Amino acid sequence: MSQNPLTLNHDVNDATRSAGPTRRPEVPTSPDIAVVPDTDPVFQISDLSFFYGAFRAIRDVSMDVRGNQITAVIGPSGCGKSTFIRCLNRMNELIPGTRVAGRIDYHGQDLYADDVDPIEVRRRIGMVFQKPNPFPKSIYDNVAFGPKVNGLKPASMDDLVEESLRRAALWDEVKDKVKKSAFSLSGGQQQRLCIARCIAVKPEVILMDEPCSALDPLATNRIEELMIELKQDYTIVIVTHNMQQAARVSDRTAFFTAEVSDEGRERTGVLVELDRTEKIFTAPGDRRTEDYITGRFG
Amino acid sequence: MAIPLQAPDIGIARRRSRPGERVIVGLLALCGLLSVLVTVGIVLVLAGEAARFFAKVPIVDFLTGTRWAPSGGRVDAGEFGVLPLINGSLMIAAGSLLVGLPLGLATAVYLSEYAPARVRGIVKPVLEILAGIPTVVVGFFALNFITPSLLRPVFGEGRVFIFNAAAGAIAVGLMILPVIASISEDAMRAVPNALREAAFGMGASRRVVALRVVMPAALSGITASVILGVSRAVGETMAVTIAAGNTPRLTTNFFESIQTLTAYIAQTVSGEAAAGSTRYQSLFAVGATLFVITLGMNLLSIRLVRRFRQAYQ
Repeated sequence: MSQNPLTLNHDVNDATRSAGPTRRPEVPTSPDIAVVPDTDPVFQISDLSFFYGAFRAIRDVSMDVRGNQITAVIGPSGCGKSTFIRCLNRMNELIPGTRVAGRIDYHGQDLYADDVDPIEVRRRIGMVFQKPNPFPKSIYDNVAFGPKVNGLKPASMDDLVEESLRRAALWDEVKDKVKKSAFSLSGGQQQRLCIARCIAVKPEVILMDEPCSALDPLATNRIEELMIELKQDYTIVIVTHNMQQAARVSDRTAFFTAEVSDEGRERTGVLVELDRTEKIFTAPGDRRTEDYITGRFG
Repeated sequence: MAIPLQAPDIGIARRRSRPGERVIVGLLALCGLLSVLVTVGIVLVLAGEAARFFAKVPIVDFLTGTRWAPSGGRVDAGEFGVLPLINGSLMIAAGSLLVGLPLGLATAVYLSEYAPARVRGIVKPVLEILAGIPTVVVGFFALNFITPSLLRPVFGEGRVFIFNAAAGAIAVGLMILPVIASISEDAMRAVPNALREAAFGMGASRRVVALRVVMPAALSGITASVILGVSRAVGETMAVTIAAGNTPRLTTNFFESIQTLTAYIAQTVSGEAAAGSTRYQSLFAVGATLFVITLGMNLLSIRLVRRFRQAYQ
């Protein structure tokens, strides 16, 4: 094995990735070979902290999330990646005893302002979870659920369901059995169903919290391809444990780590750096990032 | 070549017979057998005495008769149409459901989906206390409070009998409320959080999550709680005897006095029906009817629970 376990693929649209872990990624000589356009920021996060009771899970995170890109959030376990991403659609506040400090602007609007409806926030900023979590309903009803409860009245629900399933690259596999239980699908199909379900409410952002950690490599591959397709229309933030995955799919990568407090009891997540994915994986600006991605830590 | 059955000596003790264990297993099996025997015994006695009753009163007359007027004491006469009693029991069951189901379900939804942990920590034990109040006390409460202070002022002195089905139904409703609330709440809390998050994540409100995600997923448990509640209502004796009266009557008016199957048994057992008289034997016929109804309900509940059981991994 080479010293670097990472495989970096610059042409992320290329589905036939063959580079094994033994081949060191080709490091571009000029910093602007892989062009990551500076699209408008969708989220502008400043000094974000999150508390579970008295415990501070993340501290002073400031970063931008740009539109129509995939932003990966990586870092060791317990560094607050999931907590962070759940702040972006106000999922965290469903847990009693939690508190947010700092500010998240979404298209310039304060996401946590008093007059902002968290339900509307969550509709616009959809979420896909670690474990596929379809409802115990039919495939069709799973997709139609969101539009129905959000009072969306599409001209034809059938069309909306089909379109959503198509976008999630699932339609061809399920078109003959949409009335069957979602549990009849494989894990990877269930996860794509969850993506379809998310798309059906027409969000602008899709947050993905380790969407492939329960899936096998083939199913993971399909989801990754799907993500790259979806970024044409959506802004995607993905939390992943899998550095190769971050390297393969994302445009920008944020590296979080956990700082252990003086007493050694509390672990607080902090953002170390955010940069173009390629830069993070080839020439990180911070020593801690380098240690992590080269496997010396974490 | 035969492999020697002796274990190689690797320091593990050889298999020993443990006579003490066998004795314990035997005792445990006997305990299990006892409950089966008792059930069989009760059914046999019920069936035997009921058969003697049906030898005197044709079963068709019993099941279709609309007048229940057993004559007292030693005279073998009277009318034994069980419909008024069944009607009384059904009124209590339906009425109590009308009270207990919405309140119980609302309580369960609140406790499972809305209540902060602190509130739930108080309300749940209180519910359990409510379930533990002796039924005779609830009946007494119905007779002395619900009827005079609640029903009569609202619906009028003249319309509401002192003993009336409504008071009985409300009393029984209060008794099945904790049953429905507690079991339904357990079922709802057993619904995985991942389903709630999925719905919240696409912009569902708490109400939508509770009513359209959690309740359907918990339907089998909720159904079980309702059937258990109905079974309890049909079998309930003391509260209805005290509050609803002892007047067998084929009515739909909840403000009249009625008699349920159970109340008839309680009344007659404590009366002076001579052993062997038709009235005495009618006890077993009514008991068998009650048994068939609750048995049917239990079977129905098993079927419904299976049918509504949704796998959610």
